[in-house]
Amino acid sequence: MTLWLMAGLLFTPLAWAVLTLLAGFRWGRAITWLGIAIQVLVSLALWAVVVRDGGFQYPLGGWQAPLGIELRVDGLAVTFVLLTALVAAASGLHAGFYLDPDKQWHRYFWPLFWFLWAGLNVVWLGNDLFNLYVGLELISLSAVGLVALGGQSEALRAALRYLMAALLGSLAYLLGVALFYGEFGSLSLSGIAFALRQDSARDGAGFALVLMLFGLALKTALFPMHRWLPPAHGIARSPVSALLSALVVKGSFYIAARLWLELGAPLGSLALAQLLGLLGGMAVFWGGWQALRQPKLKQVVAYSSVAQIGYLFLLFPLTWNTTEAAALQAQQAMTLQVTSHALAKAAMFLSAGNLIMSVGSNRVNALAGVSHFLPFSLFSFGLAGVSLMGLPPTGGFAAKWLFLQASLATGQWWWLVVLLGGGLLSAAYVFRVYRASFVEDSNIDHFFHPARRLEIIPMILALLSLGLGLMAEPVLSVMALTFANGEGT
Amino acid sequence: MTTGALLPVFALMTSLTAAVIIFTLPEHKHQLRTAVNLVAAVLKLLLVGLMVWGVFQGREYGISFPMIPGVEFVLRADALAMLFAGLSASLWLLTTVYAVGYLEDSPNRSRFFGFFSLCVASTMGIALAGNLFTFFLFYEMLTLSTYPLVVHRGTQQALQAGRTYIIYTLTGGAVLLFGIAMLHNFSGDLPFRPGGHFADVTPDLQAPLTLVFVILIAGLGVKAAIVPLHGWLPTAMVAPAPVSALLHAVAVVKAGAFGIVRVVFEIYGLETANALGLLSGLAAIAAFTIIYGSARALSQSDLKRRLAFSTVSQVSYIILGLCLAGPVGVAGGLVHLVHQGVMKITLFFCAGNYAETLGIHRIDELDGAGRRMPATSVAFTLAAFGMIGTPPLAGFITKWTMGTGALAAGMDWVIAVLVVSSLLNAAYFLPVLNRIWFREQKKEWPEERQWGRFETSAWLLWPPLITAGFLVLAGLLASASFSPLGWVELIVAREVDL
Repeated sequence: MTLWLMAGLLFTPLAWAVLTLLAGFRWGRAITWLGIAIQVLVSLALWAVVVRDGGFQYPLGGWQAPLGIELRVDGLAVTFVLLTALVAAASGLHAGFYLDPDKQWHRYFWPLFWFLWAGLNVVWLGNDLFNLYVGLELISLSAVGLVALGGQSEALRAALRYLMAALLGSLAYLLGVALFYGEFGSLSLSGIAFALRQDSARDGAGFALVLMLFGLALKTALFPMHRWLPPAHGIARSPVSALLSALVVKGSFYIAARLWLELGAPLGSLALAQLLGLLGGMAVFWGGWQALRQPKLKQVVAYSSVAQIGYLFLLFPLTWNTTEAAALQAQQAMTLQVTSHALAKAAMFLSAGNLIMSVGSNRVNALAGVSHFLPFSLFSFGLAGVSLMGLPPTGGFAAKWLFLQASLATGQWWWLVVLLGGGLLSAAYVFRVYRASFVEDSNIDHFFHPARRLEIIPMILALLSLGLGLMAEPVLSVMALTFANGEGT
Repeated sequence: MTTGALLPVFALMTSLTAAVIIFTLPEHKHQLRTAVNLVAAVLKLLLVGLMVWGVFQGREYGISFPMIPGVEFVLRADALAMLFAGLSASLWLLTTVYAVGYLEDSPNRSRFFGFFSLCVASTMGIALAGNLFTFFLFYEMLTLSTYPLVVHRGTQQALQAGRTYIIYTLTGGAVLLFGIAMLHNFSGDLPFRPGGHFADVTPDLQAPLTLVFVILIAGLGVKAAIVPLHGWLPTAMVAPAPVSALLHAVAVVKAGAFGIVRVVFEIYGLETANALGLLSGLAAIAAFTIIYGSARALSQSDLKRRLAFSTVSQVSYIILGLCLAGPVGVAGGLVHLVHQGVMKITLFFCAGNYAETLGIHRIDELDGAGRRMPATSVAFTLAAFGMIGTPPLAGFITKWTMGTGALAAGMDWVIAVLVVSSLLNAAYFLPVLNRIWFREQKKEWPEERQWGRFETSAWLLWPPLITAGFLVLAGLLASASFSPLGWVELIVAREVDL
């Protein structure tokens, strides 16, 4: 059973990527929808298995580490697998209705979509530093391809810039992997953590960790290395932007978090932890401020991602050398922030796409009258905004609350400024969009009305992000499930 | 779990369900929408009535479940909750009727009534919240759902007011969250409990408790419009009249005041708060707000703006009453939660009627309005005299009880505040009444509309007449056990162990 689930999770996307590469847009769409159904079922089943039996380590093909590919299937991993299935299914369905089938290059959306999904699952489940690298590259390259799908020269420029940043990040990461291998002769994350517990005097390893975190932070668009993100996310087609903001940047962050939680205690330092937190805090303010000033709607949403990613980096200072209770709160906060931001940001990009399609312009000021004639998409946008502002009862609020508690419990009160100030700044840019849409300058409905199915998809995502706050406790109890058979070799 | 335990949930769900239905209704289904609105409002009133009866007999309803690790979501119907829930459920039905009439023929009614119902749901949640965390949840939901109502007209002025409103209230919310998080950090999840949680404060807790109190009150004080946090309230009066009625009488300012009541009574405990010296500072701010609001009201020439500054002043009676820290004074403050609501909603309904029927917004345009709209003007007059504190109206009961309480508490200076405030109330209400009743109409009304048989639409006329009836009855029957005062005495008997 588990064998089939694991195989389904990793190989279906690859197989589907090849299948859709051979088909045109319309056939690709039909094939993809079948594949989405399979993937969602497999992801749900794996999640159910972990909820019932707890986590486990899984040697792929029966080979044990260090020879074979080792997967770690714990609560956190399956939660992200399921999250990916949800967001990818929504974006895939939306794209099927949203993309113009007659544009030549749109057929490549499907294979890139499936490569991306495969890469994400590798990252969530990988326990081997090199496999994580492979997953990361698969994600980056398909993401760059998806950005370029827009076709205009502006999109190609953004994609090229994205490619450069992604490659630089991957290189730094790979160098770190090589250093680790030289030091420990192992690539297994839990193996290295185990070796470090035996003997902690490893100077080179500390440098390797810094190098890898730098590469991953660059790929996550941490301030001030965020410059590539807004053009790429802003110019891409809306379902693509949803995938990029919701999932792609989370992939590299997830690896950084796993590295930190496993290796941070022996290899990290107070300065490194505080520096990462500080950059995160600056990202919150800088991203929020820029979002407030953008004339184009999708740029607002893209800069909001820069800000929201900043919160995630509070994980580093709040888990370094703190009490177990506070560290746990910070981890829970991070997971909730990743999950609720993924749902909310995907909802926001998809509904922004609908709004832009309706008013025929991507400028915020063009939204006048939308609240009168197109309330549905605007409402999804607003609901997602509530989660981004961190207002109750959303998942974003639950995350903020846990971050607040962890900051207070560790005496690092300065993060409160980031958490509360950042929330107000996000409110400012969300309400700016709202304000524009409440202006009534004419009584004529000159808007294009998108199909209901295009409007319902973001609404579902936004409601999920909202409900996550009410359901935070049970969701977190699944995330906390670790391996049944203890630590690795 | 029994049905009784779920009553609070049902009370909440009636308006939430109504909101969802109304949002999905097409714009032109006016009658269906009105029906949904009224059915939900009546149903809610019945449910609240049921709970009031149960609570009177000593039952308590409630549910809770874990929401975030370390934090519970708690809904609970106790006597204090019922005071606020009863007020909002009954005034809501009337406001809904009024709003249906007021918004006749105007665009965006689906949106308006959808958010309107969300507002009711939030207010109900605020009333029924069983801990500060749950309270905060609905407190912020109220902010979000009132914004679209404030900017409803979509004019530059309305959008500007909405901006001011949202900046004030969200900042207040962030401050409140900060306070709640700090409190949670050193004491864990605290349910609201009569008598509070800090009966014996260890010396090392005194400083943090004082700090948290100041932060909590600052956060709650924005909605309660305590000076200098009141700036949003007069600007927000550009909203349609039913929204002003709601902001000033039932939902927003009351949410702030009610939160302060919960914090003082059921988190800190009246005695502890007093012993820490927190109440004397709060009393001074409340007293200042009372005088300041009235003084500013004097110089307003716009009717709704004058009423808005009057709200600033009147809401602080509730807070001043709490600070008297004795059973009688506290009762006076709490009963004003209801009395001020009934009186202020009458005044705003009437102001809306003058605006809708005659196009009057400024006080100097009111000359002779009494002859043209006698019923509305009678309601307005009763409410104005109530505010001034003329016996036997509701406002007199408040002031009398508070005055007695002040003497009992040995805070004689409060009597002076009450007297000065009443004189100022008279000074800004009597000239208005003089214009309405005793001046001849000088010029045409700005935009007169004919509504048929009555002086104005029946939808607009009945609500203020009924609330005016309430404010007379609340005064005349104050000693009955089901009057607001009777209920407040029940609360005080259960809550305050003095």
